[in-house]
Amino acid sequence: MNKFPAWLNILVLVIAVTGILLALPNIYGSSPAVQLAEKNGIPVSEEKLAEFVRVVEDSGVVAEASYIKDGRAVLRFSANDQGTALDALRDNFAKEYGVAPTLAPKLPTWLRNLGLNPMSLGLDLRGGVYVLLEVDMDTAVEARMSSYQQDFEDRLREARIRQRVDLDNGVITVRLTSEENTIAAREIIRKSDPDIIITDGADGRSLQVRMTDAQIKAREDLAIEQNITTLRNRVDELGVAEPLVQRQGSNRIVVQLPGVQDPTALDKILTATATLEFRMLDQSGDEPGSRRYPGRGDEPAAILKRKVIASGDQIIDAGFVFVEGQPAVSIKLDAAGGESMLVTTQNNLQKLMCTVFIETSRETVMRNGVEQQRTIKVEEIINCATIRGVFKNNFQITGLTQVEARDLALLLRAGALAAPVYKIDERTIGPSLGQDNIDKGAMAISVGFLGVILFMAVYYRWFGMIANVALFSNLVFIVALLSLLQASLTLPGIAGIVLTVGMAVDANVLIFERIREEIAAGQPPQAAINLGYEKALSSIADANITTLIAAVVLFAFGTGAVKGFAITLSLGIMTSMFTAIIGTRAIVNLVFGGRRLESLPV
Amino acid sequence: MRLIKEKTHIDFLGPKRRKIALSLSLLFVIVSFASIATRGLNFGIDFTGGVLLEVGYSQAADIEGIRDNLAAAGFDDAQVLQFGEDTDVLVRLPPQGDAQPSEIRRQLQTVLESGGKTVDLRRVEFVSPQVGEELAEQGSLAMIFAMLMIFAYVMFRFQWKFAAGAVTALAHDVIVTVGFFSIFQLPFDLTVVAAVLAVIGYSLNDTVVAFDRIRENFFKLRGVSTEESMNTSINEMLARTLITGMTTLLVLVALLTLGGESIAPFSIALIVGIIVGTYSSVYTASATALLLGVDAQDLLEPVKDPSLIDDLP
Repeated sequence: MNKFPAWLNILVLVIAVTGILLALPNIYGSSPAVQLAEKNGIPVSEEKLAEFVRVVEDSGVVAEASYIKDGRAVLRFSANDQGTALDALRDNFAKEYGVAPTLAPKLPTWLRNLGLNPMSLGLDLRGGVYVLLEVDMDTAVEARMSSYQQDFEDRLREARIRQRVDLDNGVITVRLTSEENTIAAREIIRKSDPDIIITDGADGRSLQVRMTDAQIKAREDLAIEQNITTLRNRVDELGVAEPLVQRQGSNRIVVQLPGVQDPTALDKILTATATLEFRMLDQSGDEPGSRRYPGRGDEPAAILKRKVIASGDQIIDAGFVFVEGQPAVSIKLDAAGGESMLVTTQNNLQKLMCTVFIETSRETVMRNGVEQQRTIKVEEIINCATIRGVFKNNFQITGLTQVEARDLALLLRAGALAAPVYKIDERTIGPSLGQDNIDKGAMAISVGFLGVILFMAVYYRWFGMIANVALFSNLVFIVALLSLLQASLTLPGIAGIVLTVGMAVDANVLIFERIREEIAAGQPPQAAINLGYEKALSSIADANITTLIAAVVLFAFGTGAVKGFAITLSLGIMTSMFTAIIGTRAIVNLVFGGRRLESLPV
Repeated sequence: MRLIKEKTHIDFLGPKRRKIALSLSLLFVIVSFASIATRGLNFGIDFTGGVLLEVGYSQAADIEGIRDNLAAAGFDDAQVLQFGEDTDVLVRLPPQGDAQPSEIRRQLQTVLESGGKTVDLRRVEFVSPQVGEELAEQGSLAMIFAMLMIFAYVMFRFQWKFAAGAVTALAHDVIVTVGFFSIFQLPFDLTVVAAVLAVIGYSLNDTVVAFDRIRENFFKLRGVSTEESMNTSINEMLARTLITGMTTLLVLVALLTLGGESIAPFSIALIVGIIVGTYSSVYTASATALLLGVDAQDLLEPVKDPSLIDDLP
């Protein structure tokens, strides 16, 4: 009696070993490192990595370890060397690579090769900046409506229909002079957008145009997506390792910058917007109003004419495409932009037209002791191409990398302006507090854990010791699962683990009390063990499921810190069911099973 | 080793004790409500919005001086508190309107560093009142939702009278725990909401384990009154209730004393909640079920009455 079949013993063993393996990366600690990521997302090659190492060595510093992880190069150093190495790497590679200081786990090579990682720490444990942004959706939708307004006006004028187009409160009203014109206008508008809602005005000489709910939703999604792309690119420019830019809910964006101490760096990013302009190259270089523009990246600087052929706010659609194997952005202009483009291309065949990328950002500066907001405008040529044919509304821009083309398309698609964002929550946690939180959390877990195991050992003797093994395995499993899921561990998360330590023994207490009862009722030891486990099961299941309900609700409703608590609590409940019921039974069976027993040490 | 005698026969549910227990619970609830209504809760900036700074000085901080300096700089509504060690200070401000966080941060830092002191900005938080409102709404919604789910689960596993007993006990625990925070004006932040939800989970755990035993005894102990069989069940589970409560309290005390100031409200909420929860699962939950007239019949499979079927058209 009380013997597990061999397969079950093996299963328990396999699970235990897997748990230990997954949790193992957490015991090595971490040390300062520098991370290099190719700006276009191309994975770093081994040769390039060797080059990084060489450059670092030339600066008189030796990397403790160097490897490629997720396509990025990581070079690990001792604390004093990180700064020197960072400078050397930035001097040499900052143009093509994002070079960022970070912390890297000190894993032995074999563990790293297995692809195992330690738990990722939340900002409250590692320090950094957390910002919650709200995207101004009304403005985003309003901007789209006003570009419709412009477009309808242009199209109707082109068709020589007299009209007045007004935009008010999300509704475009088109007033016309006759009923025939109304019918014609409806046709033209319908052709320009087959989905939009068009209703007749009461007087028969006007039309009201609104976006469908699906269009509004799509517009909003696009605005968020576009803002996220923009923010991500700009955050990359900051040189922060492992930044997080993520959508939250319908209209919010979370930005997390681990290790950053000054949130003002972010302010600049947030207020920046981007757009495009198309201008002709001034070949003579001395036309009145011509100006010199710098080139972006490898693009040479050039002198461009004053007249803007078309600008970002005339772009009504943009997409990422391949043209003859080259990444490109397809552009669709509104009627006015198309007209201007047509005239320009007709008159300038075989000449160079340039695309200027304009980025504006705001910066706070001190002037005469007074703080002032200053707008910084960066205008750079991203490509110049020969006009090979006449075109109007639709054309492509090449000369960009795949990533740039994709981002630009996204940026342009929603009109040139990113929807404005507002900061509604900003939290900065200093590194000293983060470390302090870790130390205190670890201390609380250790002391709480010691207290519980001492109590269990005294109270339930050998059975208590077995429960303690289960309790310890439970900790290992929680850490293993957190490492596997890469869910961020936060301070409330640690509190969840502490709580689990206290509650996890409950299952064993239920079982052991039951065994005691069965013995008191006169059952022989082996039967008492069996009955104890059996009868306690339904109570344990009920008790854990109800706690799990609370934890899951917490997870569903909670944000940030609370979610961290819900995660560790739920994981802890699940793992404790396994360790307390099956884990302890395996050991009990191994130790006591199949023997004649006079009494039980419970 | 045993904490209590192997067999206890404490009369938890005798008519007189039951009345005392229920009255006591009612009193707790009324006092809590009264305090929440009159004194309110000391909401953290998670809920009210505002600015929070945690700073560390290299020497013992002069709280009064900092308060004066802040008032002189126009922050006369700033709360300045000592936070843990005497070098650590917490500064709290109500929402600052449209002012840029970076600007306020700079101004505050200048004030705190006045007199050439070095200050370590350990934590800076800006929360808009809008986020606060949402969080408060989400928090309350989460609690209500959790209770509904739990009611459904207990009803499914037992029966509605038990479910009503369990949820009454839970509501009692939540109200008394929140009331405790109101009476002592402890900081009520988001982690406290999390703790209260964990209390719901824990207290229910206790209640359900007792119910489980009650159900078992309803069938095993024939010929005894409902009250007696419930009482026996609670006695049988007493050791387990106390031991689990004790180990949990043990780790929570460790968390409270060693876990740092920022997690303290969370630990306090759990400690209070678990003590109240243990009390309520022994007294309130079963007493309520008893009050609703629960008996062994309620847990039996309903016998299909053929005459009912005949009556159908």
